[in-house]
Amino acid sequence: MLKKSTFMVFAVLCLTALLVLAGCGGSKQATDKTQQLSGNVTAVGSTAIQPLAEQAATQFMAKNTGVKIVVQGGGSGVGLTQVSQGAADIGNSDIFAEEKSGIDAAQLVDHQVAVVGMAAVINPAINIDNLTKQQLVDIFTGKTTNWSSVGGPDQKIVLVNRPKASGTRATFKKYALGGAEEANGIEEDSSGTVRKIVKETPGAIGYLALSYLDGSVKIVNIDGVAPTKDNIVTGKYPVWAYMHCYTKGKPGGAIDAFLNYLMTDDVQKTIVPQLGYIPGTEMKIVRDSGGNVKNK
Amino acid sequence: MSETQAATLRINKESIYIPERAGHPVRSFLYREMLIMRKILLHRALKLSGSEKLGRILTTGAAAIAIISTITIVFFISTKGLSAFLVDGISIKDFLFSTHWLPDRLPEDGGPQVGVLAFLIGSIVVSMLAVLLSAPLSVACAVFIAEIAPNWGQRVLQPAIEILAGIPSVVYGYVGLSVLVPFIRNNVGGLGFSVLAGFLVLTVMILPTIVSISTDSLRALPGEWKEAAYALGSTRWQAIRLVLLPAARSGIMTGIVLGLARAFGEALAVQMVIGNTRKIPTSILDPVITLTSAITMDMGNTPMGSLWNNALWSMGLLLLMMSCFFILVIRFISLKGGAAR
Repeated sequence: MLKKSTFMVFAVLCLTALLVLAGCGGSKQATDKTQQLSGNVTAVGSTAIQPLAEQAATQFMAKNTGVKIVVQGGGSGVGLTQVSQGAADIGNSDIFAEEKSGIDAAQLVDHQVAVVGMAAVINPAINIDNLTKQQLVDIFTGKTTNWSSVGGPDQKIVLVNRPKASGTRATFKKYALGGAEEANGIEEDSSGTVRKIVKETPGAIGYLALSYLDGSVKIVNIDGVAPTKDNIVTGKYPVWAYMHCYTKGKPGGAIDAFLNYLMTDDVQKTIVPQLGYIPGTEMKIVRDSGGNVKNK
Repeated sequence: MSETQAATLRINKESIYIPERAGHPVRSFLYREMLIMRKILLHRALKLSGSEKLGRILTTGAAAIAIISTITIVFFISTKGLSAFLVDGISIKDFLFSTHWLPDRLPEDGGPQVGVLAFLIGSIVVSMLAVLLSAPLSVACAVFIAEIAPNWGQRVLQPAIEILAGIPSVVYGYVGLSVLVPFIRNNVGGLGFSVLAGFLVLTVMILPTIVSISTDSLRALPGEWKEAAYALGSTRWQAIRLVLLPAARSGIMTGIVLGLARAFGEALAVQMVIGNTRKIPTSILDPVITLTSAITMDMGNTPMGSLWNNALWSMGLLLLMMSCFFILVIRFISLKGGAAR
């Protein structure tokens, strides 16, 4: 009898604790915007930026012990929504806020911390190194269905896409396919799975951020241009995207300090290249949300 | 024994007998509630001892939490799910019966369109096939555990099936992706990512649900029924086929519907092996996409409040309505099963 009632008490306490915790999760302490740098910073959004932000945050917190930075994933849409609503201090996104419908981009301030290139990748068994842009468009729109039409083996083409809402897909569609609507194909949520499928499925073609390339899939040049860092910073290879950290209005205090820290050599010369990204500071060109490129 | 304790005991004895009004489950449910309420008030009047009171408060509190969370979740999903129709003006007909999923298309090009027919059909096909394969398998397992080899079955097969139930769905998905998909590609044909891979993974996943509920309902049958069947000269198989299985029918059906509900709601494991291609499959080897998979793929990358995101919530509402439907079916089955007794 006693045992039972003790168990009940325990069970109900657990439930209550869970509810209370769940309630607290949403609230967030206000950021203390004083000179001595202290307070909480939450950065939410793109999973592509997450590892970069996490490593930079760890280093930053080691130097500024008063600041606590929490980095979360969730996706670019979540990041942009949360920062617009004021629920997060920094919203990470791998595409421009202007490109997401439903986001009021005017109230957001863009901080471009790095650049990531994207490459078309194919199954290693296909003996093709280069595709023209038109060939690529034909493949992804479903006009070309066999590798033999573009000089490869007699093998059916299998498209491996990311979901439509993904930043990688949006970038690839805009800059590699010229905005052409892709045909239906396999869709995978994560780039890791795309890589696994392209590696294992005969005739597969997909696209990946350069940070995901590990030699298991074959990279295809587009119009004879390889997706290298040199070609991207000079604007020769067009398929790349900024990694944006958005804030609502001009940031101050710890948020501003952290965003500035992201642009220092501590981050740009070490963490950024280690993760396979290109430092924003090394770009020789700039691109706006409409895709217009000009020299820096 | 103090006076209050004696009073408590008397009341508890009373509570054993609650008159049922057969045939009217809802009314008899209300009637029960009324009796319970009356008892609560009586208890209060008698000033209960501390632990009695505490137990009452804790259990009532837990029940209240369960009810409140259900109501709030249903309310939240409904408001979110309806806004695609009410705020963005998508017609329910287009949503349910169109296969055009173009939420990013600009209005000048004829967009945005959010038809989920292909996802709905994908969900139905994959989960139905899984149940068709899993149900006979599971019922056979249940018969084995409950009737054929109660000792061995209980010691070996039941724990084995409980382990199946405990394996996280991501593990099922990963095994499916690494073993099943290449196996189908190399031995059966197609890409490997297929309806076939999806329903095979689901078959194993819903097996424990159907087996455990069927076993319980077979075990719950009075032993005399089996003995009577034997006394009439039936063989063991005849007793199982003609007496026990029909008698446990409602329990087994409940298990199957619960399995179907689980298959319908499963997201991760299925998503990893079906290839997620947004069109209606024409063959068992074609890749396919389900409602759950379509939701998880876009949820993180679409801003809250946008049409795209709202359409995902509408798909969530559709799933919720499907599970309500399954629960209604289960209620109906157990009602009929009860009446047959």
